[in-house]
Amino acid sequence: MVDDKDTRDDRVDDAPTHAVVDDEPRDATDANPRRAMEYLVQGGDFDEVVAAQRQRGDETVVINMGPQHPSTHGVLRLEVELDGETVTSIRPGIGFLHTGIEKSMEYRTWAQGSAYVTRMDYVAPIFNEVVYCLAVEKMLGIEVPERADVLRVLVMELGRISSHLVAIGTGGMEIGALTVMTVGFREREMILDFFEALCGTRMNHAYVRPGGVSIDLPENGLARLRTVIEWLHKHLPEYAGFCNENPIFKARMSNVATMDLAQAMSMGASGPVLRATGYPWDLRKKQPYCGYEGYDFDVITWDTCDAYGRFRVRLSEMWESLKIIEQCYQKLEQTAGQPHMCTDPKFGMPGDLTVGPDGQGNSFAHVKNVMGQSMEGLIHHFKLVSEGFRVPRGQVYQTIESSKGELGCHLVSDGGTRPYRVHFRDPGFHHLQSVPTMCEGGMLSDVIVAIAGLDPVLGGVDR
Amino acid sequence: MTDTTSSGVVAPQSAPVVRTVRKGMWGTGPGDVSGFGGISRPVERHLRASRPYGAWYDEVVDRFLSLVPGLPDQVNTEYQELTLYVPKDRLLDVVRVARDDARLRFETCTSVSGVHYPDEPGTEFHIVYTLLSMTHNRRVRLEVTVPDEDPVLDSVTSVYPHVNWHERETWDMFGVIFTGHPGLTRILMPDDWDGHPQRKDYPLGGIPVEFKGAVVPPPDERRSY
Repeated sequence: MVDDKDTRDDRVDDAPTHAVVDDEPRDATDANPRRAMEYLVQGGDFDEVVAAQRQRGDETVVINMGPQHPSTHGVLRLEVELDGETVTSIRPGIGFLHTGIEKSMEYRTWAQGSAYVTRMDYVAPIFNEVVYCLAVEKMLGIEVPERADVLRVLVMELGRISSHLVAIGTGGMEIGALTVMTVGFREREMILDFFEALCGTRMNHAYVRPGGVSIDLPENGLARLRTVIEWLHKHLPEYAGFCNENPIFKARMSNVATMDLAQAMSMGASGPVLRATGYPWDLRKKQPYCGYEGYDFDVITWDTCDAYGRFRVRLSEMWESLKIIEQCYQKLEQTAGQPHMCTDPKFGMPGDLTVGPDGQGNSFAHVKNVMGQSMEGLIHHFKLVSEGFRVPRGQVYQTIESSKGELGCHLVSDGGTRPYRVHFRDPGFHHLQSVPTMCEGGMLSDVIVAIAGLDPVLGGVDR
Repeated sequence: MTDTTSSGVVAPQSAPVVRTVRKGMWGTGPGDVSGFGGISRPVERHLRASRPYGAWYDEVVDRFLSLVPGLPDQVNTEYQELTLYVPKDRLLDVVRVARDDARLRFETCTSVSGVHYPDEPGTEFHIVYTLLSMTHNRRVRLEVTVPDEDPVLDSVTSVYPHVNWHERETWDMFGVIFTGHPGLTRILMPDDWDGHPQRKDYPLGGIPVEFKGAVVPPPDERRSY
């Protein structure tokens, strides 16, 4: 240790070994002279750090919150500068979950893209699939059958409820309301079970494909859907009972992370964040897709511009989604037996792919139909699987209202069987920019609430 | 872009610009043994529409042209989405009037995306901005090109502060420099990363998948069509 000490700069002699001191001298031209002398605290005995801090009389502490911190909704890093408990500066750092999905998609067929995009925002995967498929269909100029649209709306609205449940549940957990999380995940489990019965996977479905959806409702699908609807009707009121007038919950959420309409506009906010400022902007109403114009539902707004308002918007939106799901139920009854996939053999797989009683994907009847009876079907099947379909050259930008805000997909095609460029505009990525606006000058504990109110999912943020 | 309230009468397109020609049945990968090696197919891009553009497009384009001197009347209405081709020295003027003019009023720029065309000398990088007008319920796309030798472009963060991260992402992925950006650093890749991954000449990477008795090459070396 003595040898070590000799080589160290004498200015940091009395500093504890694990407290790294910035050697930079104070700079007169620095706008914020505080910034010149900072401790980087990386765990260890905090007492020594505090003692060294007291000697210097320098009150500002920079804390690296994340990327493994449990309260940041995934691998989000927050560089927080604190004066006591007050946040003087906060900078979000992202990219820890960047997996190059957009680049990888350039080396896969258009149909395979659906399985890639579903892994972006993994808490609401259906929205990624739908926006991607809508963009592809726009370029192809094909219409999807009515039943496919109804099934898409159904899974999107179920996905919205399950995403909002995670947002409310984890948001509640982070401020100490653990019960909201446990009941939230209980309801989400019902929805995921329905997804599993529908398409075989609980998350990362790749259910929505260019041209329609991969598979129709299973035999007992409507009965299962009825069970889910009844379950949600029974249990959704619990959240309002737990939270709406809970004094601790309100104290933690009200007037926290405020962003009024002018700020929301300048930060380009969308989704519940924008609607909590009172502006009823919902792409389902304003620029309808998937036949949303044929459903009866309301756009929920709130006027407090804070985290509590965002919570209430999400809570009420779940009821509106439930309303849409019940209308889907009726439409599914009416359209029973109609195709769920584009009937153009150039895009839709031949044969009716159904899950057999053993749970396997390719039923014997499907294989027999394609391979044994229809030479044309066999050719189309071979071409679709090996080569994929071509998409006319050009570019489109398609948006939908995901549970988190405007989800956009910019697609460029050069006329080939693979995308030339895919770019996703994820609402979480966009919204995280406004963290400094909402948090600087506030308390450290409110940072947690602010992040939870934005509801970013880092899989979508980083892609 | 699509206006859901108006019936989409779309303007006729001018002749396509052919940039590259595909030869044979297969694009890349193993040699062509199909006997169709002589096929050549042009890859057409950048259709420019001619007047009238249809729907509300004429009105918006005229407004842009009257407010921004020197803006060429180059417009694309493919897929019922309005694209304005903007020279890079006019970009800031265009976004400024797009936000401030009451008849345009594009409040937000929802997305910035880059596209790399390595086979287009002088215009290798296309930067695509998507503006949204909530007042008029319209979208318009601005497309700006910069050359590979000098990939420098004005940042629009002074007009739309929320494109900050989008421009950082475009810098990170394509290496396009946005002058005037408050902190143009990498955002998705590590700070010390070398190269810009979304460029077409940047390899995808990957290793062969090995089975018993067979090897499947990595995705970027497989045959494509």
